[in-house]
Amino acid sequence: MAIFLTKDSRVLVQGMTGAEGSRHTARMLAAGTEVVAGVTPGKGGRSVDFGERAVPVFGSVAEAMAQTGADVSVVFVPPRFTLSAVQEAVSAAVPLCVVITEGVPVHDAIRLRAAAAAGQTRIIGPNCPGLISPGQSSAGIIPADITSSGRIGLVSKSGTLTYQLMYELRDLGFSTAVGIGGDPVIGTTHIDCLRAFQDDPGTDAIVMIGEIGGDAEERAAAYIAANVTKPVVAYVAGFTAPEGKTMGHAGAIVSGSSGTAQAKKEALEAVGVRVGRTPSETARLMRSALGRAAA
Amino acid sequence: MDLYEYQAKELFGRHGIPVPQGRVAETPEQAREIAAELGAPVVIKAQVKTGGRGKAGGIRAAAGPAAAEQEAAHVIGMDIKGHIANRVLVETATVPFEEYYAAFLVDRAEGGFLAMVSSQGGMEIEELAATDPGAIVRLPIDPVAGVDAGTARLLTEKAGLPEAAAEVLERLWKLMAAEDALLVEVNPLICTTDQRIMALDGKVTLDDNAGFRHERPGEERTGSLEDRARAKGLNYVKLDGSVGVIGNGAGLVMSTLDVVAGAGADPANFLDIGGGASAQVMADGLEIILADPDVKSVLVNVFGGITACDAVANGIVTALGLLGERGHSRPIVVRLDGNNAEVGRRILSDARHPVVRQVSTMDGAAEMAARLAAGA
Repeated sequence: MAIFLTKDSRVLVQGMTGAEGSRHTARMLAAGTEVVAGVTPGKGGRSVDFGERAVPVFGSVAEAMAQTGADVSVVFVPPRFTLSAVQEAVSAAVPLCVVITEGVPVHDAIRLRAAAAAGQTRIIGPNCPGLISPGQSSAGIIPADITSSGRIGLVSKSGTLTYQLMYELRDLGFSTAVGIGGDPVIGTTHIDCLRAFQDDPGTDAIVMIGEIGGDAEERAAAYIAANVTKPVVAYVAGFTAPEGKTMGHAGAIVSGSSGTAQAKKEALEAVGVRVGRTPSETARLMRSALGRAAA
Repeated sequence: MDLYEYQAKELFGRHGIPVPQGRVAETPEQAREIAAELGAPVVIKAQVKTGGRGKAGGIRAAAGPAAAEQEAAHVIGMDIKGHIANRVLVETATVPFEEYYAAFLVDRAEGGFLAMVSSQGGMEIEELAATDPGAIVRLPIDPVAGVDAGTARLLTEKAGLPEAAAEVLERLWKLMAAEDALLVEVNPLICTTDQRIMALDGKVTLDDNAGFRHERPGEERTGSLEDRARAKGLNYVKLDGSVGVIGNGAGLVMSTLDVVAGAGADPANFLDIGGGASAQVMADGLEIILADPDVKSVLVNVFGGITACDAVANGIVTALGLLGERGHSRPIVVRLDGNNAEVGRRILSDARHPVVRQVSTMDGAAEMAARLAAGA
């Protein structure tokens, strides 16, 4: 089992005919993903050859869904077109829309969140690596060959830290790893993923990766205390980040006393979540939570 | 991007939000001329992107042009919490009858917009929120409907502001929406003795991601390493330590800084080469870091997702070729994992460069970089 994405998921790619879109479509196919359609306005009727497989291109999300039964969209369109691409996916009522695009204006992120709230679409991202259920399907850009399938769930604001933890725990494996993105406004939060992992019979334990900025980790801590019975291990990045400076992720900025790594660590530890000082220590904590020795 | 007060007020002016008359000056002489034009008592305000200007002596009253010149001479060049005031805003002095607070901002937790309005302006809003949270009216703003006349009136009524302020609130929201601002804050928003509403101060943060659909004020170039890095498209933040850090992905680099600190050293910088970096980007990054004389050792920490480790290794070899001619000899500790890691490691071992050491784990690499920076 897994959350949000399984071997039965049928994936369409918005922006598949672009450089990034086609490159990552090839990688998703190699990871075993059922990529069934591409969508590029004005380019319907063509297809893109990926060696073993030619993927048809449609002019709209609705048409691609009607023709192929796609139920997941992965968005690779440039920032200036992202809002309208996601609005189109939401209007077509695609159940899951994964927005990889980096550099989406925050006002657009707020609008696409509002659109999703009024419709039936779950949005992951923007500015995220997407999600992977190893051995089943990959929607986004998370490398498929650094880990294996297993029973750990992972949710993270950071892409490369996701990869690092997936790699450190590759022998135990993952049910699903979700990169929710580090922007200030995102579609799916830590809490949404915690809820889904708690309900997923294929997940035994959860790794949560946070970083400075906002209060998502503090809110997650309160949610865990009230709702999560599976073991949760956490890691927070940014203890040495200076106040008021943006560290790459638009969301990773500490202002005033809230949003510091220390405050997040304390909030998580107060509800019994063990927090690693480094990614490696976090992996060790997960092993001990599962009663498994290092490989 | 945070705007200076004078830039924020220029934007206010364009959106029909009343501000005191005034202009920015870079020299005491200019301040004198502006004061003479305004022909009334003026205020000289240091232009720095930080709070607490008043307490630091960066806001001064001047009765006329001569005093304006004198006061500006005091303020220009002043260091306020590490920010140098290169300019002053010279404005007609305005006497508030009442002071309010008004702001629109992005509410991260709710993923939406929020209005915050209070009849108790003038003080730091964090302070007010702590001492009298009930004095601040908070209202979520629908991203599509925005703030119309009705919403603006609701805000003024709830917060106890005069009705005349509603129109200003509506215009502040229009600015927020039209300029892709993340924050528009007026503290204080004032009512004068003759019942005019006016923005006496202004703080605006614009969304850098939305630059493609706006004309934006240019970033100042100071020739700093951060500027040089930005010109090369690199995300670099200078810190105070001696271990230079390069990695891919903001989260991993922040984590690397923490692990270096845990190993007992202080990181010299944050540098994220991003996803899918080429050899050239890696070489540019290394060059920037080694241009910092405080750097005693460098830690390259890459987990290849999209980024291919062979490109990173080639970038290191290229950069060292260029830098070697300039007599560079500081040690570089490299940890590569993920996409093409084995090829990358082989490229580095084959190059046999005397300053490069490879370590297989992030923690081990940080420890070695810390040791080398300490001169051990």
